[in-house]
Amino acid sequence: MAAVTGPEIERLIQLLARVPGLGPRSARRAALHLVKKREALLKPLADAMQIAHERIITCTTCGNIDTQNPCTLCGDPRRDDSLIVVVADVADLWALERAQVTTGRYHVLGGVLSALDGVGPKDLAIESLIQRIATGTIREVILALNATVDGQTTAHYITELLSTYTLTVTRLAHGVPVGGELDYLDEGTLHAAIRQRTAV
Amino acid sequence: MTESLQRLPFVRRLMLQDFRSYAQTSLDFEHRLIAFTGENGAGKTNLLEALSLFTPGRGLRRIELGDMARHGSSGGFSLSLSLDEPDGDSRRLGTGYEPAGSETPGRRCRIDGVSVPSASAFADHLRLVWLTPAFDGLFAGPAGDRRRFLDRLVLAVNPDHGGRVSALERALRSRNKLLEQDRPDDTWLDAIEREIAETGVAVAAARRETLGRLAGLILESRDDTSPFPWAQLALDGPIEAELATSPALDVEDSYRDWLRDSRWRDKAAGRTLIGPHASDLVVHHGPKGIEAHQASTGEQKALLIGLVLAHAQLLSTMAGIAPLILLDEVAAHLDPRRRQALFERLDQMGVQVFMTGADPSAFAKMPASAECWTVTPGTAERL
Repeated sequence: MAAVTGPEIERLIQLLARVPGLGPRSARRAALHLVKKREALLKPLADAMQIAHERIITCTTCGNIDTQNPCTLCGDPRRDDSLIVVVADVADLWALERAQVTTGRYHVLGGVLSALDGVGPKDLAIESLIQRIATGTIREVILALNATVDGQTTAHYITELLSTYTLTVTRLAHGVPVGGELDYLDEGTLHAAIRQRTAV
Repeated sequence: MTESLQRLPFVRRLMLQDFRSYAQTSLDFEHRLIAFTGENGAGKTNLLEALSLFTPGRGLRRIELGDMARHGSSGGFSLSLSLDEPDGDSRRLGTGYEPAGSETPGRRCRIDGVSVPSASAFADHLRLVWLTPAFDGLFAGPAGDRRRFLDRLVLAVNPDHGGRVSALERALRSRNKLLEQDRPDDTWLDAIEREIAETGVAVAAARRETLGRLAGLILESRDDTSPFPWAQLALDGPIEAELATSPALDVEDSYRDWLRDSRWRDKAAGRTLIGPHASDLVVHHGPKGIEAHQASTGEQKALLIGLVLAHAQLLSTMAGIAPLILLDEVAAHLDPRRRQALFERLDQMGVQVFMTGADPSAFAKMPASAECWTVTPGTAERL
């Protein structure tokens, strides 16, 4: 079939299709929309992407991405220096910040341990986490990692490494969801909920 | 028996698009006993497979979804079910697959036009059990086949079981991979073994619970003269045995210790030797008191059918939804007396049953409240 558009637009479509959440059809729709709104959207977006490309850097303290180093969160004096929330990815950090559930500092590992995918401890920001903890100001580390095999293995691994330090290591609770009824929960969830019960 | 079956969903219509041998087909059902007949390769089992995809997993043939699309199609397929629910409501369940490179590649699941995260969501409306000729050698075959059969039984009762079994398999593969290294990281191994112990004990506990209930139900209603002999069931595995006497948390600890102590042995073997992934389902022919694999081919088939029917009954009691039963080539090994008894039993249960068979005469004695379909490649017509 002959190309409907020139190579420039085709390239734009192909690049947009590589963005997570966009497939070929929606990339085509997005490209068309951008071209139609050339001045109102395409130009500002191109400028914003250019600036992002030039200025965005990875925070050398926590691994977050920002335009400054240390990042806005690491530089915020109102945050709790005695608490570190460990996450696998920047997306997880953003999710926790959206929920406004913690005022602690963050540490982004850059992934989780996966023997099958060849991701080992040296591929993750574990050494830098230990260095932050070795300063002695941290009282608690919250392991906010996914409840997957690799996420939980990573949580167990870090827990073991931190066992020599005088601090509390916690991980996110698994169990009864908000609004959940016990009668409808499977045995695995009940098992986790009992194991991680809390004093009231 | 009908009293114990609480909710009886009814598939009113099945629509297939680009699925296996079907370009676009719609089948409307009016009865609960349904037989598909036709020559070998006509596409009878494809219809059962389509129904089996309304449950988590890869359906009754356990094949990649991408391989189920019709040859010559775009590589994807769509299936939809119109379901009458007991409260008078009706539901539209949809599932399908879009190939790589499409807008949303992978499996899609919908209920009443609204996307749901996975096929587990169908469990609120529909449960399924099935029996295919692939199970014919179950009792004499490898333990892995019996474990998969058991996991299928557990999954029908507990839709989360599949996720836990997959997690256990991944954790075990990770451990085996680490053990391949010359000097594996001990802390990393500790972490994986902890995960294996937690997931493994949860898997073993779920199997024990379902099997215990099933065995109890079978013993309660056992009848030595039934054409479908009752089965004596047990689980053979050290984790399961320990769960019988100790709390799950203690079993987790001892399994973890065992894993740590046996690293060198497992490294030499190239796999983790002990765990729920190595357990076996032990079945005895109840009335004869012999191991199931020692019974004749026909008796083994009858034993399996009895097991599947008992499971359907258990599912009705536990989940509150009577399952659809899919019986592929069910009449093949049964004598006329057993065949007749099967139809009567299914009719009494009141569940919706989909059967296949190459020989139409095998279904000649179905009750009046049954319907027969003739299947030819790409089409199905009600007789």
